[in-house]
Amino acid sequence: MAEHSNEFVRVHGKIFTKPFFVLLALSLVGVFLIIVRFARGIGAVTNLSDGYPWGIWIAYDVATGTAIACGGYAIAILVYIRNRWKYHPLIRSAILTSLFGYCLAGFSVVVDVGRPWNAYGFFTPSRWQPNSAMFEVALCIMAYCVVQIIEFLPSVLCVLEHGKMKRLQKVFYYFRPQHTTRDEAMVETALEWVHSAVAWFHPKFNNLLIFIVVLGLVLPTMHQSSLGSLMLIAPTKLHPLWHTGFLPLLFLINCMYMGYSIVILESIISSFILKREYEVKELSGLAHIIPWLATAWLAVRLGDLIHRGQVAAIFRGDFYSLFFLAEFLLLAVGSLLLFNRELWTSPRWLFITAVMMLLGGGLYRFNVYLIGFNPGRGWHYFPSLAEAMITVGIIAIEILGYQVLIKLLPVLPNQHLHRNIAPAQPHKLPCVAVRG
Amino acid sequence: MRNTSRREFLALLGATGATLLAGKASGETRELRPINDTELGMLYDATRCVGCKACMAACKRVNRDSGGLSYESAPFDKDKLWDAPTDLSGSTRTLIKLYKSPEKRWSYVKYSCMHCQEPSCVSVCPVSAMTKDKVTGIVEYDKNKCIGCRYCQIACAFNIPRFQWERKAPQIVKCDLCSSTNLKGKGITACAEVCPAGAITFGKRGDLLKDAHDRIIANPGRYVSYIYGEQELGGTNHLYLAGVPFDNLGLPNLPNKAPAEFSEHIQHTIYKGFIAPVALYGYLCVRALWNRKKAESAGIQEEEE
Repeated sequence: MAEHSNEFVRVHGKIFTKPFFVLLALSLVGVFLIIVRFARGIGAVTNLSDGYPWGIWIAYDVATGTAIACGGYAIAILVYIRNRWKYHPLIRSAILTSLFGYCLAGFSVVVDVGRPWNAYGFFTPSRWQPNSAMFEVALCIMAYCVVQIIEFLPSVLCVLEHGKMKRLQKVFYYFRPQHTTRDEAMVETALEWVHSAVAWFHPKFNNLLIFIVVLGLVLPTMHQSSLGSLMLIAPTKLHPLWHTGFLPLLFLINCMYMGYSIVILESIISSFILKREYEVKELSGLAHIIPWLATAWLAVRLGDLIHRGQVAAIFRGDFYSLFFLAEFLLLAVGSLLLFNRELWTSPRWLFITAVMMLLGGGLYRFNVYLIGFNPGRGWHYFPSLAEAMITVGIIAIEILGYQVLIKLLPVLPNQHLHRNIAPAQPHKLPCVAVRG
Repeated sequence: MRNTSRREFLALLGATGATLLAGKASGETRELRPINDTELGMLYDATRCVGCKACMAACKRVNRDSGGLSYESAPFDKDKLWDAPTDLSGSTRTLIKLYKSPEKRWSYVKYSCMHCQEPSCVSVCPVSAMTKDKVTGIVEYDKNKCIGCRYCQIACAFNIPRFQWERKAPQIVKCDLCSSTNLKGKGITACAEVCPAGAITFGKRGDLLKDAHDRIIANPGRYVSYIYGEQELGGTNHLYLAGVPFDNLGLPNLPNKAPAEFSEHIQHTIYKGFIAPVALYGYLCVRALWNRKKAESAGIQEEEE
């Protein structure tokens, strides 16, 4: 299929590798524990309590997981709004990870909530409750999952348009071992029909896709800020180092620099594992955006603490101030390093700084949702093994799905193209996500 | 080119930020909402309570079937003879505890839903499973709407809503002033009805407050001169009188402003009339279409410095 798609390529390689089976095993453990959770109740697998009703399923899978899944959002801003088409090659893998991140966050919520069968209430206007940030987050995340599936369709259409679908044919013939030439002709016609139908549909779809892409920018802006708004209601429980009216703004900027960081990290890791060339040129471009965003974020954060007179709490040396300092230093040092141009060209430093930004940004979200949250005397929370394994299982499913899909669909950037002929004319490419 | 784009990008970020900020700025200038004293509530006088737990038994007897409550046996009680909850829980809506101070002053305390004037749980419930009755002020829960997200538990400063962690079809459990049981039939809550010591008074908030003030004036030595719930979080319909500091009784020190006012105001400012999201969508659409056109006519290499 690679020969038909100039900008993106399928990774050629075996699907059933050793990491595949390790990830599969972890996923299955997770799935088993999820079944236990539904069979025996949430209390049977978690350490959650009435004081800490939200644990790592919310703090990691939803609050942090969706921020890590903001790569698609961050790159789409860059390409479609800041008009930087040279980053377009990164977009499909970014959207794919975003898609996985968000769908699995949604899935985690289904595991986490006690009465998921009542979730149809979100589509029943008489039950709508616009005062609730959760209402807005839930609707936006559901909508964004749909948007991302649509955004990812071009790579599927590509395969449908040009692929011979050998595997599918094999399956078909497997069920009809004594197939005649008539059968083969029929399959051939069906294939032709699919090809021409998709060929008719694909360009029209691409023309309209931009409106979906923009929707894919508005929705994360809304729900990422609202993820911050979720904790506005708990001024007496969330530590003053984190509880502020600026939570929505802080969460929004936070997801942007985390989005760029995860794209860098993901690209470097997949280049390393798949033994592809490092996309240093594109990544250094991303790396120079991160410190600006992080500086804006740190400025809001510090300005707000000064404004509310909470500076003393930073240096109190207690549990909370330590976690604040850890979060703050990771982000400050990470962005300081990224102001240094020379580091942008080194895959190692790009990797280190991206990890720092992700850890710092993720820790901020953990602090808001879990570590800085204190419901009162006598309540404690630390995730149980089963609870953690469900989260691990969900992450494993995510990586597993990504690994398999990049081998089935043209997702990763075509390096030959970008090293030698780049930049190309987008409208000449049949398989770009959105025409140039 | 690069600088222009960055400036525009930061401008966009700034505009979004300004919208978020506007919410905060105007949120602080608003005044407290008026308190409705005709709503129903209860006054618990800890100095009268004898700790007999008749209220707990009555609550469970009356609300057991409709509220999904079950008996909780203590670990030593192999024959399951007693209902012995250690805390409010998915099976227990109200609870009596005993506080022993170092000076050998004892005080019982009864926990149950405070029925806030401006309840956080109602404000945060995404599917309107928690509602506040406009006339009676009772904060009620509907298990047929609840999705079990437990955001109400996060939101409640008193940690009142409890979740049935061990059940396959768990509910949120909290006092609803017997609205579908005892109150309907007899016009009084079960706990207030059975209290032999007159420690629980049921009535309209205004009357309860007046009663409480009179008791403090008549017996200043007996009470801490403070009515808990009169101001807390914008006022609650469940009020407390006690002879020891309320903090010792597990009733937290809370600000007088309802958290829901703060959070709702920010949320409403950002999403007022849904104008900001639509405007953002429109603006970004124009930008994206314009960029696409430019890229189509000029090719992408010129876009990059």
